[in-house]
Amino acid sequence: MSETIIELKGVNKWFGDFQVLKNVDLTVGLKQKIVVCGPSGSGKSTLIRCINRLEEHQEGQIFVDGIELTKATKDIEKIRAEVGMVFQQFNLFPHLSIVDNCTLAPIWVKKMPKKKAEELALQQLDQVHISDQARKFPGQLSGGQQQRAAIARALCMKPKIMLFDEPTSALDPEMIKEVLDVMVELAKGGMTMIVVTHEMGFAKEVADQMIFMDEGMIVEKAPTKEFFANPKSDRTKLFLSQIL
Amino acid sequence: MINTNKIYQWSRTNLFSNWYNCVISLIIIYAFIALIPQLFNWLFFDATFKGSSSKECYGDGACWIFITVWFEKFIYGLYPDNQIWRINLAFLILIFSVITSIFVKAKLRRNIIIFLIFIFPFIAIWLIGGFAIDIESLEIYIPILEEVDTRVWGGLSLTFIMAIFAMLFCFPLGIFLALGRRSSLPVIRYSSIGFIEFWRGVPLITVLFMASVMFPMFLPADTYVDKLFRCIIGITLFEAAYMAEVIRGGLQALPRGQYDAAKSLGMGYWQMNSMVILPQALKIVIPGIANTFIALFKDTPLILVVGLLEFLGMINLAKTNPEWLGFAAEGYVFAAAVYWVFCYSMSRYSQNLEERFSTERK
Repeated sequence: MSETIIELKGVNKWFGDFQVLKNVDLTVGLKQKIVVCGPSGSGKSTLIRCINRLEEHQEGQIFVDGIELTKATKDIEKIRAEVGMVFQQFNLFPHLSIVDNCTLAPIWVKKMPKKKAEELALQQLDQVHISDQARKFPGQLSGGQQQRAAIARALCMKPKIMLFDEPTSALDPEMIKEVLDVMVELAKGGMTMIVVTHEMGFAKEVADQMIFMDEGMIVEKAPTKEFFANPKSDRTKLFLSQIL
Repeated sequence: MINTNKIYQWSRTNLFSNWYNCVISLIIIYAFIALIPQLFNWLFFDATFKGSSSKECYGDGACWIFITVWFEKFIYGLYPDNQIWRINLAFLILIFSVITSIFVKAKLRRNIIIFLIFIFPFIAIWLIGGFAIDIESLEIYIPILEEVDTRVWGGLSLTFIMAIFAMLFCFPLGIFLALGRRSSLPVIRYSSIGFIEFWRGVPLITVLFMASVMFPMFLPADTYVDKLFRCIIGITLFEAAYMAEVIRGGLQALPRGQYDAAKSLGMGYWQMNSMVILPQALKIVIPGIANTFIALFKDTPLILVVGLLEFLGMINLAKTNPEWLGFAAEGYVFAAAVYWVFCYSMSRYSQNLEERFSTERK
C-alpha cells in the first residue's frame, strides 16, 4: 500500500456514558478511497468528524499527515486546512455569495490574494459545473447545486484529504446523481477520500475499500469486490440484504 | 357610483358584520368624533404660535410660545450662547459624514465609518468640551478652545452625546460579553455571566446614583472623573449587559453546522466568529438591537436624578420657571413628539437594514 496519510489506533470515544466509538483501528493510504457504511447511530459520522477534530476522542491515537491530534495540538487549524469536509446539510454560509463562500478561507486562512482566490474559486466552481451560479446566494440554489458548491468550497483549500459525511442524504432523489458524478470525477482525479454514504452504486464504482460499522465498532473491513461478493459477518450480510 | 358602493361593501364586511361589531364600531366612531376635534383645537386651531411671553397666550388652546421661547435651551441646555457654534459644528460634521457615506463607494464608506467610530467621538468631545490640551513636553500644539464644564451641557444635544457614546461602546462590549458567555474557558465564561447578571439585576437609577455618588469614594483623592462621563460609562455597562443577551440569542439561533463548516476550513476562533458567525447572528437580532438602542435613547432622561439636564430635564426645568408655570402639557407633548420622531427613525432604519441584508430567495 502507498504512503499512509491517516492512522487511527485503538480510538475510543464516549458521549456522556454512551460509547460511540469502540477500539477503532484504521489506516488510510494516500489516494485511497474508503466508503464507510452502517446503520444510523453506528458511529460513522463521529468517526470521520474525529479525523479533523470536530469531535475529540478520549482514548487512542489519531495521526493525520504524520501529526497526532491531541488536546495540545496547536496546529489543529493547519490540519483542518488540509482536510476538506462536506456535510449532509451543506452548511454553506448563507450571508455570502457562492464565490465568497469559496474565497473566504483561502483569503483569510491561507492569506491568498483576493484576485487569485477568486480565480481559483471560479475554476473549482467550473469543475462542479455551477460557475454560472457564482454570484448567487446559497438560498437561491437547489439542494444539489448547494452541495456541489460546498464541495467546491472545500476544494478551494487544496486539501490532501476529503471527508464526506452523508453528502446525498438530504437531497431529493433527482439531485443525488449530479452530486455523485462530481464525487466520482474527484475520485478519478486522485483525491484521498473517506465517504460515509448509503449509495452502494457509488461505493462499487469508486471505493478501494469498504468499511462496515455497527454499534461503534468496525465490523468488517474489506476490498470492495470482496465486501459485496463475499461478506464475512452475519451483521454485514443482513445490512447488505436490506440496503441492496 | 362604484366608489360609494365599494365603501359600503367594505364597511359592511369589516365594521358591521354582526350586531356586536356594530356596537363596537359605533362606540369607536363616536369616540373619534368626540375627541379628534378637541385635540386638533387644542393642538392647532385655538393654539397660540407667535409671541414672546406667556401673557400673549389666551384662549383654551396650547401655548406653543413656551416651546419657541425656550427652544434654544431645550436644544443646547445652559451651554454659553456665544459658544453654541461648537455644538452645531460637531453635529454638522456628524450629519455630513453620515449623508456622504450613503452616496459614496463601499471603500470610501468604510473609511468614513472608521472615522465616525474611532476619530469623530474624540473630535466632538474636544469641540464641545474644549478641554485644554497642553502637552509641552511632547511639543504637541492643539488650538485650545474655551473650556465648557459638562455641568452646563444639556438639552437635546446632551441627549445625543450620551446616546451616541453609550451606543458606540455598549455594542462591541455586548458582542464580547455574548461570546464570553459561550466561551469554553471557565474564567471567561463565569466572569461574563457575572458581569451580565450583575448589571441586568440593578435598576438604572441605582447605577447612575452609584456612578455619581459612590464611585468617587473609591478613587484616590487626587483623581477626578467627570460626573457626566461616569454616568455615560454607567449607562454603557448597563446597556451592554442587555445587548449581550440580545446577541447571545442570535448566536444560539445559528445551527451547529455553521461552526463545523468554518472550523473544517481551518478558520480560527476569531476568524470564525468575525466572518461567519457574527455577521449571521447580528443580522438575526437586528430587531432586538434596535429595541435596545431605542430603550437606551429613552433611558437618557434618567440622568436627571444626578442633576444633569438633557432634553426632558430642560423641559422640566423650564416649566418650573415662575413666568411659565402651568405649561407642562405643552412641554411634554413637544417632548413626546421629538422622542417619537427619533425613535421611529431608528425603527425605520433597522427595518431598512433587515431588508438590505436579506439574502433569502425573493
